Amino acid sequence: MSGLIIDNVSMTFELPNGGKVEALKNINLDIKEGELMSVLGPSGCGKSTLLNILAGFLAPTEGVMTLSGEPITAPSSERGMVFQHGALFEWMNVAKNIGFGPKMKGTPQAEIDAKVEELLDIVGLQDFAEKMIYEMSGGMQQRVALARCLANEPDVILMDEPLGALDALTREKMQSLVLDIWKKTGKTIILITHSVEEALLLGERLIVMAPRPGRIHKEYRLPFAELGVGADLREVKRHDEFGPTRDEILNMIWNMEEEIMGRAE
Amino acid sequence: MTIFNTPIPATIGEFISLNTPDGGEVASLLSTTFWMIFGIAIIFGIYLLFSAGSWLIHKLFMDGRDKAKGYTSLKTVTFGDESAVVANRFASVASVIAVFFFWALATGSSLLGPIQLPAPFQGETSFEYTAVNAAGESDTATVNLLVHAFDAKPNMAAAEAKASGFAQNGALKIRERRTALLSSKKIGAKETEGFQVTHVNGEAITAGGTVDFGNGEVLLTPKGSLQVRPYGGMTMEALYLPSPEGVWKSFVQLNKEGYTNVGLWENVFWSLIRVVLGFALGCLFGIPLGFAMGLSNWFRGWFDPIVEFMRPVPPLALIPLIIIWFGIGEQGKISLLFLAALWIMTIAARAGVSGVNISKVHAAYSLGATKRQLLMKVILPNSLPEIFTGARVAMGVCWGTVVAAELVAAEKGAGKMIIAASKFQLTDIVIIGIIIIGIIGFAIEVLMRKIENRLIPWKGRG
Repeated sequence: MSGLIIDNVSMTFELPNGGKVEALKNINLDIKEGELMSVLGPSGCGKSTLLNILAGFLAPTEGVMTLSGEPITAPSSERGMVFQHGALFEWMNVAKNIGFGPKMKGTPQAEIDAKVEELLDIVGLQDFAEKMIYEMSGGMQQRVALARCLANEPDVILMDEPLGALDALTREKMQSLVLDIWKKTGKTIILITHSVEEALLLGERLIVMAPRPGRIHKEYRLPFAELGVGADLREVKRHDEFGPTRDEILNMIWNMEEEIMGRAE
Repeated sequence: MTIFNTPIPATIGEFISLNTPDGGEVASLLSTTFWMIFGIAIIFGIYLLFSAGSWLIHKLFMDGRDKAKGYTSLKTVTFGDESAVVANRFASVASVIAVFFFWALATGSSLLGPIQLPAPFQGETSFEYTAVNAAGESDTATVNLLVHAFDAKPNMAAAEAKASGFAQNGALKIRERRTALLSSKKIGAKETEGFQVTHVNGEAITAGGTVDFGNGEVLLTPKGSLQVRPYGGMTMEALYLPSPEGVWKSFVQLNKEGYTNVGLWENVFWSLIRVVLGFALGCLFGIPLGFAMGLSNWFRGWFDPIVEFMRPVPPLALIPLIIIWFGIGEQGKISLLFLAALWIMTIAARAGVSGVNISKVHAAYSLGATKRQLLMKVILPNSLPEIFTGARVAMGVCWGTVVAAELVAAEKGAGKMIIAASKFQLTDIVIIGIIIIGIIGFAIEVLMRKIENRLIPWKGRG
């Protein structure tokens, strides 16, 4: 029992004007160890709320989440998080950012140094250990954020649109990096994204969520992540099923958004 | 219940009449302010005219030599692009020179050589007057004048006695820019009945009228005396504004001898150390207070009313209370500076905490940080930029407050030096004090910026 179980989780926000928003309603998921799952949905479908509950930043109004049988009630180093804008510590250099987690736990410095070096190698930033965060590009910062998360050896890595702010080319490289890390470390990774292609590439399992109330709309099992490991992602996109699946999901989300717009009017 | 027996105004009418400003006073205030518009406009106008002249010189002789280099020179849109606006160094230098020029011109400084406004008359001169007596006879006599520098004490020969006639010769010593009265009794009114001055230098004069005698004016007072006003020139008296070289001389002397047995730099030292200590106390308590307010509901609620109330109270308004409570000793001044710095630092630290991006806090917790580690490793460094901005403001306010506090009560200090000197009309020392206070205030700001750039290189680049 080392999986992540989401058991009938609901989240209702109360608005100041007395109204209620059901951000999540009756979510049930069983995520196996080492699974790569992407979550997709139009804005307002509660996918970020779901991730925040998983990380322990929010308590659900109903239901429980457990990791390896233990209920999730607060943030913990078992569940690492990679944020959209890195959330790096600008007052530290790259090496210190990466070594932050182990350092907080009181790991001996020599061990931290070895770990940092290994991770710098994995994310391809060997020569940047002494650089300050503000001297690096957005893509490099995300590499640091990824390494910082890995340094803590979490059981689960939660990614909140980590590649959303990157340009197309950097994004493609980072997608390959995420797949590499997934394969090398065997960690459970849950990734939230706005991009349908990214969700297809970075999810053995893909969850499409629908808004109002936030719920799971459809679930896919996809071969593309496995195919993409160590391969050219553009090649993967030419796979026979890639295009049709993408279009199907795009249509699905398009319709959801249309529905929202219609209701708003 | 006798608590409320204190006389509050009995009627609304009384209350209104008590609290309504005098219409005439308000009107006079408004009209004064209105006329000030023109005064300010004239001063600005002269300064801008000078600026225009300098610009023309710059255009003629320096054009193109200090053009923007690098990337900025390629920008075609510069009007409206603030980043393309750089202070023109020629203009800055010319502007400072202009200030010194006006200063020197207004004070008749020797620095300007031949460029001088008319100076006040100095030296010996004389005029003749004609008087009549009761019998209708007229007689003429001479009045010798010696106009001398303000602080000189020259000797002057007494007026020569005249061989005949009732009008007596007179002699007057006058300080430059001042007037002197030649009593009619001294020139014959005592001995001669009906003595009345009728002409000065051959020009008829009546009571209240004036006659120009070449180096000044004579005014016939209603009582028949002569008021002599030598030509005052257009320059300012040292009492109002000493010349630049005069100030420099005083500065050198002040540097050597001090003032009231306290060295110039000792005065400055005392002001500075008070600021540093008061500011340090303010930081010592203000920063933890701000953090507490930024981190805990209870402390936010507990301190909010006090902080929000005290923040808009200018420290200067506290001076009377501080003197009543602590006397005029050092404790009072340090307390005042502490209060001046405290609220600013509290609010800066609180803003620093609220400025921490929530995802950084989440990231730290997700990486296994404890609350204490979060405070020390994330919140504290992350709020440094805000704290430093607050510190710069606090230092500026403290510096202004210390001078004001010393004006009220102090043994030593830059402000004390100024106020003591002003009581003896030593305007040069007052001006030296103002210049030093200005320079030190500017130096503090520059120093704080330097430290800030050193300690927080990531500021504005996150």
